[in-house]
Amino acid sequence: MNWFDTIRTGLEAIRAHRLRSGLTVLGILIGIAAVILTVGLGQGAQQQVKSQVEALGTNLLIISPGSSTGTGGVRGGFGSASTLTQADADALSSRVVAPDIEAVASTTQSSRTLQAGSSNWTTTVIGTQPSWLGVRARKLSSGRFLSAADQNTAATVTVLGDSTATELFGPIDPVGQTVTIGSKPFTVIGVLTASGSTGNANNDDQALIPMSTAQQRVFGGTTRSAVQTIYVQATSADTLSAAYQEAQNELLVLHGSGTAANADFTITTQDSLVTAANSVNRTLTILLAGIAAISLFVGGIGVMNIMLVSVTERVREIGLRKALGARPRVIRRQFLVEASVLGLAGGILGAAVGVIGSEVLPPLISNPITLSVPATVAALVVAAAIGLGFGVYPATRAARLAPIDALRSD
Amino acid sequence: MSAEPVPLPDTAPPVIELLDVAKTYRGGSLEVHALADANLRIERGEYVAVMGPSGSGKSTLMNILGCLDVPSAGTYLLAGQDVSAMDEDELAEVRNRRIGFVFQQFNLLPSLTAWRNVELPLAYAGVPRAQRRERAVAALQRVGLGDRLDHKPSELSGGQQGRVAVARALVGEPDLILADEPTGNLDSVSSAEVLGLFAELHQAGRTIVLITHDQDIAVAAERVIRIHDGRIAADSAAAADRPWAYGGVS
Repeated sequence: MNWFDTIRTGLEAIRAHRLRSGLTVLGILIGIAAVILTVGLGQGAQQQVKSQVEALGTNLLIISPGSSTGTGGVRGGFGSASTLTQADADALSSRVVAPDIEAVASTTQSSRTLQAGSSNWTTTVIGTQPSWLGVRARKLSSGRFLSAADQNTAATVTVLGDSTATELFGPIDPVGQTVTIGSKPFTVIGVLTASGSTGNANNDDQALIPMSTAQQRVFGGTTRSAVQTIYVQATSADTLSAAYQEAQNELLVLHGSGTAANADFTITTQDSLVTAANSVNRTLTILLAGIAAISLFVGGIGVMNIMLVSVTERVREIGLRKALGARPRVIRRQFLVEASVLGLAGGILGAAVGVIGSEVLPPLISNPITLSVPATVAALVVAAAIGLGFGVYPATRAARLAPIDALRSD
Repeated sequence: MSAEPVPLPDTAPPVIELLDVAKTYRGGSLEVHALADANLRIERGEYVAVMGPSGSGKSTLMNILGCLDVPSAGTYLLAGQDVSAMDEDELAEVRNRRIGFVFQQFNLLPSLTAWRNVELPLAYAGVPRAQRRERAVAALQRVGLGDRLDHKPSELSGGQQGRVAVARALVGEPDLILADEPTGNLDSVSSAEVLGLFAELHQAGRTIVLITHDQDIAVAAERVIRIHDGRIAADSAAAADRPWAYGGVS
């Protein structure tokens, strides 16, 4: 019997028992959809982290105080007592010291309440330098950014993030208006465009003031001369590692730390940020996908179970076919086709459910789902293979039936 | 004793030749001799009825004749070919090309139409689709069901189903047609239909071996073999009429 007829016979057998075939397909469908969606969830979360980190800027190094690896005498944890100063930032800005560094922006931030007329809003107030706009790759929607003059005079000027501006001033253009920061009056000189990046609303809810103003007039205490973070932009992606070295060497000298192991600061690249932030995501993805794979395996056992039942029920039919001249391998092929089609159907429908789910679910669960074409295709292949693999035992049993026993049974 | 001249044997080998065939079933220490010392010769064109009480071994004999079962001892030559030592693949081919079965319950596949049922042996023989359709239609027309090609078995009467079963047995142009109580489940009208068909086939020169318990049906056949306790007890082709025939006489 040629392949076309074998396949047709297999399909007819599936159609003859629609409910049972449907339930078997359902098992595989659920397994495949689960694998596709859990992997998609994991990818979505990882993708989201990546976008958030990319929104920080390009070719960026982030220098924070405190060591993550130090073995020296006095150590601070990540972000503890600030050992970075504006002098550090100024040193790194020099083209002589660090030719591969394009720009440097130091920041210090704290939470403050802003007041404008009758509205007030608590937000993050960030003291920074004019270079911040370029280093962080942001744009203005109106007004101007902080200038060197503002820095020199510790001017009481501020640039608002888009959300903050809306909260305080509604639809009115805030430029030129007065806003109180920590009970001191500031003039709004500009508003940032909405960052438009995925999920990180903090980028739009902030107020930027000159570093000097922050240190002298707004933030008090021991942090007066200290700086919380220094953003360093390398001249290009290729020079990033060179910039890393230059920054590290310069700061080691300035801080007198000696070797890198004793550094009281940490330099982080965007890539390592992504990796660190995603390590939990990756583990979870693997775990969930593993569980989904187990459910798929169970679906495969369902295929085998149903095929065995099918063989037992159709013993007479098998006996008849053999009596008419069907060779054992032809019978085996017929049942393998049935099992494979069940698996493939489950795969296709499961993939469809996965695709639909990836569109419909994210708003409901507040998590993105990213699908990949190769993963979906692989799922289809696996589903068909599972059908085939779990069909081998039943098909072989059918092929081995002695026609006379088969015809005798009821 | 007939006064007519005894016909000479033709040179084609007999369709069926059983030489000391036996079938024994072993269950633990128990041995059941379902068939023993079976010697039989059936020529081309004969119409033979096999009769016997239940448990006599007639089904075992039919199963061996139909290559559904292999003898425990002895040799079975089908149209000159020794089938007693064949493997499953070869037996399947023999069943497909040389034998046409009509089962007691007809065993038509309920989800297939009449012509799809009839074409089945041809599909297993590797005949291309168009030819299969042609030959199946011809076979159904031959049995008088040319207007029921697309009916499913459930849409056919008992007699019509029997005729479809006969058409399926014929379609591959086999050397031998074996029928196991083909009218067992039919009423008298339908039985007459099916038997009439066998008579026509016999007229056309087909070799037919039929199991039956019904004396009236056995009358229509020209030769009756009786089986009792696993042995061929009587064969109406007595040695006197057919000098070349082997007839085990008790």
